Amino acid sequence: MATIIVQRPKLAWHEKMFISTLFKGLKITLGHALRTFLQIAGKKPKVTMEYPEQKWDDQLPEYYRGAPALVTDEQDRERCVSCQLCEFICPPKAIKITPGEIPSDDPWAKVEKRPKEFEIDMIRCIYCGMCEEVCPEQAIYLRKDYAITGLSRKEMVHDKKRLYEIGGKRVGLVNKWNELK
Amino acid sequence: MAPLFANIDLAFLITALVKIVGFTFMMILPLVTVCVYFERRFSAIIQDRVGPNRVGIPLTLLGFKSDLQILGIGGLFQAAADGVKFILKEDFTPKFVNTFYYWLAPCLTVVPALLTCAVLPFGSELAIADLNGLITYFGLPALPSIPVQAVIADLNVGPLYIFAIASLGVYGIVLAGWASNSKYPFLGSVRSSAQMISYELSLGLSIIPVFMVFGELNLGKIAFFQDANGWLILPLWGEGLSWGRWVLWIPMMISFIIFTVAMFAETNRLPFDLAECETELVGGYHTEYSSMKFALFFMGEYAAMIIGSGLAVTLFLGGWSIPFGPLLTQLTGIHFHFVPGDTPLWLGLLHIVTFLTKVIGFILFFILIRWSLPRFRFDQLMKFGWLFMFEVALANVLLTAVLMIWVPLK
Repeated sequence: MATIIVQRPKLAWHEKMFISTLFKGLKITLGHALRTFLQIAGKKPKVTMEYPEQKWDDQLPEYYRGAPALVTDEQDRERCVSCQLCEFICPPKAIKITPGEIPSDDPWAKVEKRPKEFEIDMIRCIYCGMCEEVCPEQAIYLRKDYAITGLSRKEMVHDKKRLYEIGGKRVGLVNKWNELK
Repeated sequence: MAPLFANIDLAFLITALVKIVGFTFMMILPLVTVCVYFERRFSAIIQDRVGPNRVGIPLTLLGFKSDLQILGIGGLFQAAADGVKFILKEDFTPKFVNTFYYWLAPCLTVVPALLTCAVLPFGSELAIADLNGLITYFGLPALPSIPVQAVIADLNVGPLYIFAIASLGVYGIVLAGWASNSKYPFLGSVRSSAQMISYELSLGLSIIPVFMVFGELNLGKIAFFQDANGWLILPLWGEGLSWGRWVLWIPMMISFIIFTVAMFAETNRLPFDLAECETELVGGYHTEYSSMKFALFFMGEYAAMIIGSGLAVTLFLGGWSIPFGPLLTQLTGIHFHFVPGDTPLWLGLLHIVTFLTKVIGFILFFILIRWSLPRFRFDQLMKFGWLFMFEVALANVLLTAVLMIWVPLK
């Protein structure tokens, strides 16, 4: 391998004394300041988005990993069969499932199990998406909700009702091994 | 009782009190909050951000729809909100500190910074007699016709007083570092004292040429002179201008640059903020401080900046004098420059506004430099101070003395 000796730039005396370089630096910072000032004065800041008023939601990518949620299929059946795989794989142990039996008079009695309670502690959740990956029934998905707030710890635990609310219905051929996911 | 009060000039006492309260507490301290606001917004736009732009007068607390933003500029009340936050925060005193000095240190930073403003002429004269119409209307005794000088103490050794008091400010930092009983604050304070010693020299030497040229140590008279005869480093208008002013301009410019650089070092601003460099020393000398005590350090730093800028403006940039004053006088026929004893009240107030505007402009320059230049390494700092600044300042004194043989100012 040929050795390349990189020449140090030869500095003029005024550059060594920080005279011209000082003005160069001031020019850069003042330039940025003036440009951004004019943008702000014209009410069109190009860099910063004023968050609660302006949102980026419509530009979130398909594979965005927001809050995990449960989904139903086209017949409004709960997809979850409470196999508890997500509960066991969840790295921060945010998921807690209480399995329940489907009574025999239910039209979906052949599915046998569904969650009686399904809780995800959103304080613990790290949005890793492992629950989605491990789910054999394609019942849990990471949706695009990211502003999960609450005034108490209890409020931050999403129960079954809330999870279905966020998740909604997922119909058609759901391909969870989509390459983008 | 009577002989005791007979010797006291009550009018002088009252005006002095009004000036102290008016200048120190109604101008300098609010200016600190203004500086903090400017620092945050200016640094934001330098870095392509928006900066704090939401805090207004909180009318929403009273049930209104939205907060009131003055002039549509958001965030003007950010500094007030910060202040309230500082007051409400827990004032935590660590167990291992030397409590007495720990409490003393913040005061020792603020008090000298505020003391120095006593000799700064923040305006020309205030003809309070102009208010007599209003005052007699309310049935109060008329004010004396002698105009009030807009300086708290018209000392003949103004700059010396400022240097003497301002260098006390380092005791606050040193005590803070020592009393904290923690290594990073200690390192910060040691650096600060070393820095203060090396830059105080060039700071003092740099303005000796200015006093040689003026033949005067009274800041008020220096400002009066510049108002009449043109600013020291901008001799473009005024009476008695000649080519000699431009010859003297060279050493004056050198002193101005050295003075500014040394002032940066004195006030611990970047690129000389070795005392609190966050990247090396956690928080520097105020690492162990919280709540209002921390805010006092902050206030002291900014007050020192304001006084420094005020001194630079008074010495080199004409103090309170209005730029292009004589030209404006010619154009409008109204006096814009100072005439002793014949300055209306509005002009006196305008002079104060001019002074504050110049100070704020200078502080914006401070902020711009802060976000443009990287920090010096400590040995570079000392080398620069002792081997360059000091020598140049000394040579400048000599140069001015030689030049003054041929071109005296007066």
